[in-house]
Amino acid sequence: MKLPVLGESEEAPACCAQPAPRTTAEAAARGASRVKTAALLAGGLAVWAAAYALVHPLSELAAFRVLGLSPSSRLGQSVAFFLYDAPKVLLLLVLIVFGVGIVRSFFTAERTRALLAGRRESVGNVLAALLGVVTPFCSCSAVPLFLGFVEVGIPLGVTLSFLVAAPMVNEVALVLLLGLFGWKVAALYLVTGLAIAVAAGFVLGRMKLERYVEPWVYASMKRSEVHERERLGFQGRVEKGVEAVRDVVGKVWPWVLAGIAVGAGVHGYVPEGLLAGFMGKSAWWSVPAAVAIGVPMYSNAAGIIPVVEALLGKGAALGTVLAFMMSVIGLSLPEIVILRKVLRPPLIAAFVGIVALGILLVGWLFNAVL
Amino acid sequence: MKIQVLGTGCDRCKALTANAEKAVEALGLSVAVEKVEDLREIMRLGVMTTPALVVDGKVRAAGKVLTADAVMELLRS
Repeated sequence: MKLPVLGESEEAPACCAQPAPRTTAEAAARGASRVKTAALLAGGLAVWAAAYALVHPLSELAAFRVLGLSPSSRLGQSVAFFLYDAPKVLLLLVLIVFGVGIVRSFFTAERTRALLAGRRESVGNVLAALLGVVTPFCSCSAVPLFLGFVEVGIPLGVTLSFLVAAPMVNEVALVLLLGLFGWKVAALYLVTGLAIAVAAGFVLGRMKLERYVEPWVYASMKRSEVHERERLGFQGRVEKGVEAVRDVVGKVWPWVLAGIAVGAGVHGYVPEGLLAGFMGKSAWWSVPAAVAIGVPMYSNAAGIIPVVEALLGKGAALGTVLAFMMSVIGLSLPEIVILRKVLRPPLIAAFVGIVALGILLVGWLFNAVL
Repeated sequence: MKIQVLGTGCDRCKALTANAEKAVEALGLSVAVEKVEDLREIMRLGVMTTPALVVDGKVRAAGKVLTADAVMELLRS
């Protein structure tokens, strides 16, 4: 708790991270609360690790002993999958979101904008895509962010690279993929997601679509005030992490459970290899079908991963599943509706079309090479 | 005192408005919390991440939903 102290209300100069404590008592109190935060953090991690280790034995115990289901029955398979995956994914999610919250406390939209201002197109596209991954982003902020970028003269294509990467390369999805399928799948997702964002932004930039940005955007452009920056210490960052967990996990857990329930159903009731026929490598049309179904659908990354896991387990090809996942989380109807406030339909259509095309190519590429 | 919540009408903006209203009530202030949805106005204040809380024309928080307690603390200082 910080009590309002006279003279402390204004921000410190940006150069020093923390103001010097005024008295030794204050310094001691700050030191003590730091130690306390560190201790709580260590304790929390220990509890997390213990819980994670117990998930597997406990889920088997619950499914096969307590509920008395047979490990070979379909219901038993589904229930065991759910009881194992639900706590595991939720635990992973808490840890990841906490970590990401801390990483993101180092990046703000303002800092990202400053980094992108004045970049040339090609370099700018790459940088924008990378920053899109680590900058805090929520689709409801897409429009103010777009305006803020355009305002300082960041090219349209570079701005769009950012707007593609921010939702599509989702850190939660990345780490869940890493935890559930290993680093190869996670790396593929990261690299191809970035490639799509860079390429789509670059192509859109080349198409000179500025005339399809709502005219008032450029007309009302002027330098806006810069507002004060927060200063965060170690404690502030930990708080950011906790805040992110409360915010994100508090919101996505029903989606995650629903996703795992679907995954569990597929796991127990869909026969091995059934999906190979129409979601396998040989069916070229399965990728466009997956994209066509995925684009209007919207789920968040955490909810879609368990479905991905179940589909892959039943013989669906990786490229098809990845294309489905990217189109679900990367392009969403709510975001398009929001962007409509600043972009006119031809530009929106080009944006959606080119990103969807990129996803399609990635899906085919994976199915062809893997 | 003038209190404004900037946002384009998403859930998080509504949550911040509600918290700001609670804080104002708890402090016994007789000001209305104004919602700003106009993008030009949001842009003029230099806000890129919504929801944002603006007190007397100064951006005090952006991109997060402050709790009612946090808003109270901010209004007191």
